[in-house]
Amino acid sequence: MTRLRTGLRQWKTALPFILPGLILVILFSVYPIFQNARMSITNFNVLTQKSQGFVGFTNYVRAASDPVVVTATVNTIVYALVCIPIEMLLGLFIAALLHSGVRGNLVYRALCYLPVITSWVIVSLIFRYLFSSGQGGLVNYLLGGLGLISAPVAWLSHRWTAFVAIWSLEIWKSIGWVMVIYLAGLQGVPKALYEAARIDGSGWFNRLRFITVPLLRPVTVYILVNRVIGAFSAFISIYMITDGGPMNRTEVLLSYMYKAGFQYFEFSYASTLSMIMAVLILMFSGTHRLLIKEEK
Amino acid sequence: MMKKAQIGAASIHILLIVFSLLSLFPFLNMITVAFTPNSYVLPYPPKFFPDSFYLGNFVESLSANRFGHYFLNSVVVAILSTFATLFVASLSAYGFARLDFPGKEILFKFYVFTLMVPAILNIIPQFLVIKSFHLVDTRGGLVLFNVGGAIAGYTFFLRQFFQALPNELEESAVIDGAGRFKIYSRIILPLSGPAMGTMTIFAFTGFWDEFFGALTLIKSEGKRTLPIAIRMFQGQHATDWGFVFAASLIALIPIIVIYIIFQKQFVQAGAVDGAVKE
Repeated sequence: MTRLRTGLRQWKTALPFILPGLILVILFSVYPIFQNARMSITNFNVLTQKSQGFVGFTNYVRAASDPVVVTATVNTIVYALVCIPIEMLLGLFIAALLHSGVRGNLVYRALCYLPVITSWVIVSLIFRYLFSSGQGGLVNYLLGGLGLISAPVAWLSHRWTAFVAIWSLEIWKSIGWVMVIYLAGLQGVPKALYEAARIDGSGWFNRLRFITVPLLRPVTVYILVNRVIGAFSAFISIYMITDGGPMNRTEVLLSYMYKAGFQYFEFSYASTLSMIMAVLILMFSGTHRLLIKEEK
Repeated sequence: MMKKAQIGAASIHILLIVFSLLSLFPFLNMITVAFTPNSYVLPYPPKFFPDSFYLGNFVESLSANRFGHYFLNSVVVAILSTFATLFVASLSAYGFARLDFPGKEILFKFYVFTLMVPAILNIIPQFLVIKSFHLVDTRGGLVLFNVGGAIAGYTFFLRQFFQALPNELEESAVIDGAGRFKIYSRIILPLSGPAMGTMTIFAFTGFWDEFFGALTLIKSEGKRTLPIAIRMFQGQHATDWGFVFAASLIALIPIIVIYIIFQKQFVQAGAVDGAVKE
């Protein structure tokens, strides 16, 4: 009885502090998860704003046989598989260079971080411009000058060349973030370990392989999970650079979900796509657990 | 021996300069185009540096198309969202860090769990919530959307900062009979100035660039924020790139200014940024 009373009293003290936040978290973070699940198995009417009747997995079956969903799923997964390893390797590489304590460290760091802080809308426009078709496009001009392409490429008119532009943007914009996190991780590795290894005569590569990489594992996992979510959240770049075209060939799951919801007003179908994405993200970011378990 | 070290340092510098240039190059190109008149067609060969400081595009974007109006919308939405987020999240964080109540741990786990689901997947239910409040196509609705989506993350980080503060001050204040709210406003907040400052910077820059919510919620032209306006400029002018990039550069100014002033917070506390936004 007294425990109940203390509990109530404690709640009375805490409630004014946590209630405003709690209401917002429930409305904007918790409720949407359940509402997505509910809408995906019911027939949601946009006009009345009500779910009318249980439809089971009809929407999921439809998604599985929708050719655009298949294209978008492949595009989303390839996007993650192409961009994340490159981002992480280059980010780690730059962090290692900076960690060697060169002069002008902060300046380099600030310059490499600049893409991270600028808005997606603006940098998407820049990349769209850089990958313009025709000989005046800057990427065409540079590649042509180097003799790598014989004729100007119409980058945005074909599926995978358009993705070269979209991937480049993702990689360019994310390296700085990976670099800063890895740098923080590197600063946490005790210097004594390196000194001991150096005295034992181990080279740069062995120090990297046997000290740095194992000790950075937790940081790597954190970056990986974050980048997986980032890759699946890619929307503005696609919306601004190709808008899913030509003929839905560059649609990713998120951009197609958005179209289903706000262009075709099929909210139930859009919620279904959201659910599919949530499962994919959990699968992707969950793989690190398997990796760690295997090692034990 | 000395020579080898010098070569090593030089090659590190060269690599870092290459990476820095790659980071800067797209911006450089944007600046060049913004200073170029009549940039409907791409010049051949492409220009890498502006050959004149032609300001026409800047003048045009500042004067025409209600640019100032959109700029003001962005300022108002970003400032209100930042203030509300920090206020509500710091209250919650104080509750979770410093007060005891049954079920606290489970409740907080719920907050952390919501952080695992990318916010962007919630857009349709969130839209319906805003709609049920009749706040679609209002700046207030956009602020609510911004704040609602950000609370869990900011609570998570501020709670960590608050937990790290020493207990003694708070205990003596309780003995002196100070109320909880007084402790929060007079002791905890002043002591966490740096943390709150960093969070303010991240929140403001994040809300300034916010695109997804504004695209979904704002319909009428007069209520657009800058990212949406810039997207529309690109559509409506059969793209006058000089004009679009001049407008983009003006939109970037607040972010760049904040970045230059608070550069250290960005490049060191990037960890916080990544986990709160995205």
